[in-house]
Amino acid sequence: MKVDKDKDEGGIINGLLGLAASYRVTLTQLFRKPLTESYPEYKRPLPARSRARIILTRDKAGGERCVACYLCSGVCPVSCISMQSAEREGGRRYAAWFRINFARCIYCGLCEEACPTLAIQLTPDFEHSCRHPLDFVAEKEDLLVDHGGKDGDYDFYHYAGVDCGEGKGTHEAELPPVDIKSNLP
Amino acid sequence: MDSTGLIILLAKLLIVLAALLTGAAYLVLVERKLLGRFQLRPGPNRVGPAGIWQPLADGIKLLLKEDTVPAGADRILFLLAPAVVAMVPLLLFAVIPLGPDLHLANRTIPLVISDLNVGLLYILALSSLSVYGVVLGGWASNSTFSLLGGLRGAAQMISYELAMGLSLVPIVMLAGSFSLVDIVAAQEGFPFLLVQPVSFVIFLISALAEAKRLPFDLPEAENELMAGYHTEYSGMRFALYFVGEYINMIVLGGLLAVFFLGGWHGPLLPGPLMLGLKIIPVPLLLIWTRATLPRLRYDQLMQFGWKVLVPVALVNIVVTGGLILWLES
Repeated sequence: MKVDKDKDEGGIINGLLGLAASYRVTLTQLFRKPLTESYPEYKRPLPARSRARIILTRDKAGGERCVACYLCSGVCPVSCISMQSAEREGGRRYAAWFRINFARCIYCGLCEEACPTLAIQLTPDFEHSCRHPLDFVAEKEDLLVDHGGKDGDYDFYHYAGVDCGEGKGTHEAELPPVDIKSNLP
Repeated sequence: MDSTGLIILLAKLLIVLAALLTGAAYLVLVERKLLGRFQLRPGPNRVGPAGIWQPLADGIKLLLKEDTVPAGADRILFLLAPAVVAMVPLLLFAVIPLGPDLHLANRTIPLVISDLNVGLLYILALSSLSVYGVVLGGWASNSTFSLLGGLRGAAQMISYELAMGLSLVPIVMLAGSFSLVDIVAAQEGFPFLLVQPVSFVIFLISALAEAKRLPFDLPEAENELMAGYHTEYSGMRFALYFVGEYINMIVLGGLLAVFFLGGWHGPLLPGPLMLGLKIIPVPLLLIWTRATLPRLRYDQLMQFGWKVLVPVALVNIVVTGGLILWLES
């Protein structure tokens, strides 16, 4: 349809009515309740999967889940995770020390995705601010919590990991060990 | 003049100055509160109950900020320009009559700082002067944004100054005087709004453009020009531009009341209160407009000023003059 630019449809009256209508709309908003949530007084419950402060979780028996595999520090795009692995009696690994520099952390959650044991997790707790950058460096004892986080029942050693005296073939969905001397062709 | 007269004059100056500056500071808070509510926000509410100390906190903050002068700026002009903007509306208020003459201890105190017999010309002259604050500030900043803002300010003010002046001519014709005291006195029977609605609308629109408020805030235009002519200003000099703008809103209310709403004339209340009651709706209307209307395009602004307001004002003058002659004969 061709619109004639010079032809003034409706003219001044319509224009004024339009103006009046917009004034009316803004006036009705004036008498509505503000939508704002006043933050320190009211804290909105955040979704469980919000990505903020990082924790190290424990399995159901209370043992540390972390096996110091370095996958999280390897995947971390800002290299804010560092650790030193060590081995317990029986051959299972653990982190001798574990350090996250929250001043660097960008809360991307890649560490959580990389973790095979669900040890490292991000939590909705975002309220940590400090005066000094060094106060943001969290050691292992700051990070460890006494619960299992998002998937509390999961225990990595039920499915995989080195045998520490339970005997072979005891993992979930693991076939009994094959006698390599009996299955020769 | 004896010393008592001088003391009375100083007291009047002090009262008006204090009232205007406090009014301007709290108008900022009122604007922020109202704009907040228009946008479903509560507005400032942290400093004191419901944010009533916010203007004080802002003032202290702005006073403590560094007063920067950009490299390559014209130092003297840069430092002086905000003072022009803040000073002009204060001077404008000097001719606005606040009430009837007071009789105290066989001395007559006129409730106006200065009853100039060319008060209306004084107002027009001063309001054109305020463009210097904008243009010089924009020029002296040595910044592209400021320069563009200053240029726009100059063009806009010159265009709308004309319509503003022309819209006041019928008022002078009706009152037969340039003095604001006489203009108010001429409205004792009925306010000029009833006989000059066209003038009222033209004056309101062109004064809106002079005050650089939305929808005529092209010199500032934060989406395009950052802050226009005051982009490079900081601290108290930046604040002076805003003090000027908000006092200007109050003075605009005062001028509208004097020219069209009968000034301090009114039932029940004493003069100054009546005038205050007539001033208050104007800043509120300006805030409401800011929350409602988008900014005009530059060519629309010019077109509206020169092709609509000026011709309508001219026709209005001719019609008013003709009617006055016809009624007198």
